[in-house]
Amino acid sequence: MTRKQKRLSVIAGAMVFLGLATGLAVFALGQKASYFYMPADLAAATLPAGQRIRLGGLVEKGTILRGQGTDVRFAVTDMENSVKVVFNGILPDLFREEQGVITEGKFGADGVFVADSVLAKHDETYMPKEVAESLKARGVWQETTNE
Amino acid sequence: MMVETGHFALVLAFALSLVQSVVPLAGARFGNQRMMAVGGPVAITGLALTALAFAALTVSYARSDFSVANVWENSHSLKPLLFKITGTWGNHEGSMLLWVLILTFFGALVAAFGNNLPATLKANVLAVQGWIGAAFLLFILATSNPFARLVPAPMEGRDLNPILQDIGLAIHPPLLYLGYVGFSVCFSFAVAALIDGRIDAAWARWARPWTLAAWSFLTGGIAMGSYWAYYELGWGGFWFWDPVENASFMPWLAGTALLHSAIVMERRAALKIWTLLLAILTFSLSLLGTFLVRSGVLTSVHAFASDPTRGVFILAILSLFIGGSLTLFAVRAQSLGAGGLFHPVSREGALVLNNLFLTTATATVLLGTLYPLIVEAFSADRISVGAPFFNLTFGPLMVPLLVIVPFGPLLAWKRGDLLAVAQRLWAAFALAILAMLAVLLFVDRLAVLAALGIGLGVWLIFGALTDLALKAGVGHAPARVLPSRLAGLPRSVFGTTLAHLGLGVTTLGIVGALSFGSESILAMKPGESTSVSGVTLRFERLEPVKGPNYTENRAVFSVRDTDGDVFAEIESSKRFYPVRQMPTTEAGIGTFMFSQLYVSLGDETPDGEVVVRIWWKPLVTLIWLGALVMMTGGAVSLCDRRLRIGAPSRRQRRPATAADAVVP
Repeated sequence: MTRKQKRLSVIAGAMVFLGLATGLAVFALGQKASYFYMPADLAAATLPAGQRIRLGGLVEKGTILRGQGTDVRFAVTDMENSVKVVFNGILPDLFREEQGVITEGKFGADGVFVADSVLAKHDETYMPKEVAESLKARGVWQETTNE
Repeated sequence: MMVETGHFALVLAFALSLVQSVVPLAGARFGNQRMMAVGGPVAITGLALTALAFAALTVSYARSDFSVANVWENSHSLKPLLFKITGTWGNHEGSMLLWVLILTFFGALVAAFGNNLPATLKANVLAVQGWIGAAFLLFILATSNPFARLVPAPMEGRDLNPILQDIGLAIHPPLLYLGYVGFSVCFSFAVAALIDGRIDAAWARWARPWTLAAWSFLTGGIAMGSYWAYYELGWGGFWFWDPVENASFMPWLAGTALLHSAIVMERRAALKIWTLLLAILTFSLSLLGTFLVRSGVLTSVHAFASDPTRGVFILAILSLFIGGSLTLFAVRAQSLGAGGLFHPVSREGALVLNNLFLTTATATVLLGTLYPLIVEAFSADRISVGAPFFNLTFGPLMVPLLVIVPFGPLLAWKRGDLLAVAQRLWAAFALAILAMLAVLLFVDRLAVLAALGIGLGVWLIFGALTDLALKAGVGHAPARVLPSRLAGLPRSVFGTTLAHLGLGVTTLGIVGALSFGSESILAMKPGESTSVSGVTLRFERLEPVKGPNYTENRAVFSVRDTDGDVFAEIESSKRFYPVRQMPTTEAGIGTFMFSQLYVSLGDETPDGEVVVRIWWKPLVTLIWLGALVMMTGGAVSLCDRRLRIGAPSRRQRRPATAADAVVP
């Protein structure tokens, strides 16, 4: 093979390889990316059963209910609608009433959102970005004060 | 006064960086020796001035001078001294100052130790370093001034984010930045070569130590960050595929590719253009990482504050440097000339394959990291791309790469014999199979994938050792000369062996922790016990403790064997920092050989029980030990004689490369 042919074959090989990787990545993005919803979005949207999503909003006041064991129930609200969530595990340090939260999981058959992870703010000044922006868009944003 | 001195020093450093950007470059362009010689002293003075500014800020922190806004926002008089000092870079302004300090540090190193470089190359490299320095110093001065004063000075500070009040902050950011920013030197070398329009094997030899140093630091920085997140966040994970982690991982992947392609360039004068491109891309990814972390486009522990002007400013720097260097590359790369030829089955071929896998993996991580931002920019949807995506895409790319790693160093340059290499690796292969069978027979009959993973780790470790043994002459030299032959091997051979061996060790740790671990969540009262992987964990007591600037509820657990004898104690606690009104979780970790028992506390239930999450993490410490071994490998390679003494000057180079081409 000449130098040019050799180079072309290397480039062709690399392209095939990259093509495969791209295909895999695009497939994975379709399958594995999870969409973010606020409770009000859910009222309008129809989700396929078992679809994993991220649900964000504020922890509704007076809804945190600790069961006997490790189950915790609470509701996530955007001041319009609210969604019941059940979570088994340790809540993040900054999980509190009326604070921003993102939960990830899927809806159970009874319409309760079964979360397998709950993320709260990283410290007292910052709210999860998606939640803050959605709340601002809805006009229910309040600057958090240092409690 | 001292604070103003620091501020003034920073302004002077900016002015000097402008001089450094222009004068040596013009000198190189017009062949003016005196102008070129300006670069060195200016770079060293720039370091001195930046260090002065940094010291001024550090002293303000140590003294708790709350008249400095930055100190007031991020410190507290009751904080332990170590965290006062490390708090200097535990915030946006301070961490950018650290970034620039390290940048000028590398510039000064090139100035001080680059005496064997051709004058024009050195001048150009320093000029490019000057551009980067000028851009980031301007960024600090214009948008992130750490020296702004508060009048009147508050009595007390607002304290540092408690998550950052940890020894991790003393180690992780400096190491990470030494890696991130260290790649700026490779970038400068690449751009300087493009400006010069000349590049050869000697260039690779000059640029290689910087790549090695940056890579070693970055490896350590990422590993340290991973361990810190593991014990501090209380989630029991060591890697979350968080965008900020990816931001540091992408330069590492690209840097690893660069490290390998530079070998081909140095030894065989091939892959020149590709190596240049990788050097540019690696630092571009570092810049992208800085942008992602510092601009506030992402939510994370690292996004200290979101200020849109900062984001736009860094984006402008990013576009300027990446766009500019790639344009220069596009214009000049063709003129650099082709390199040596090689057969696909050869050391070069193996290294090309390595590069193909690593760059594709980098692209995958890049796609997963940026995709949410892209989707958000073009639609109303907001998505997140997490571990499932990366497991599906990154995993399949890494496995074949790890399988071929042991072959690479054993293949001959130019044209290798795959069959012969495979025969030499039979022992490593047999050991890997044995390890797999052992896992299947003695641990878990159904864990086929996990067994393959363990086999892969063992294959990497013994593959690396096989290479070392063969190079020392095991099997064809008499046994008595082996020690002296081993001692006579170049350090870079040990470096390669250690790095590949470390990769195997890390693989074992990842597979062990992910596949054979167990996890349970339960509510426990003091006095209750639970059993975890053959031992009993007893919740002894819950006691309140008062720290310097926090209070904590500490749960003490005893670990007992089957006879009920206590052989270890684990303390896990919930802390509360009153200044920030912020609770943190301090996980309790017991280390048994390479495995760890990890206990994290949750809230109390109405019945007075405490929610406890317990993980058994087999072999988990190997993940970070492996990274340490890799880092050591990089450092050992860096001490190679060839890089210290053998770096040729341009006059000696021509006959030297001709000789290189003949000797395989």
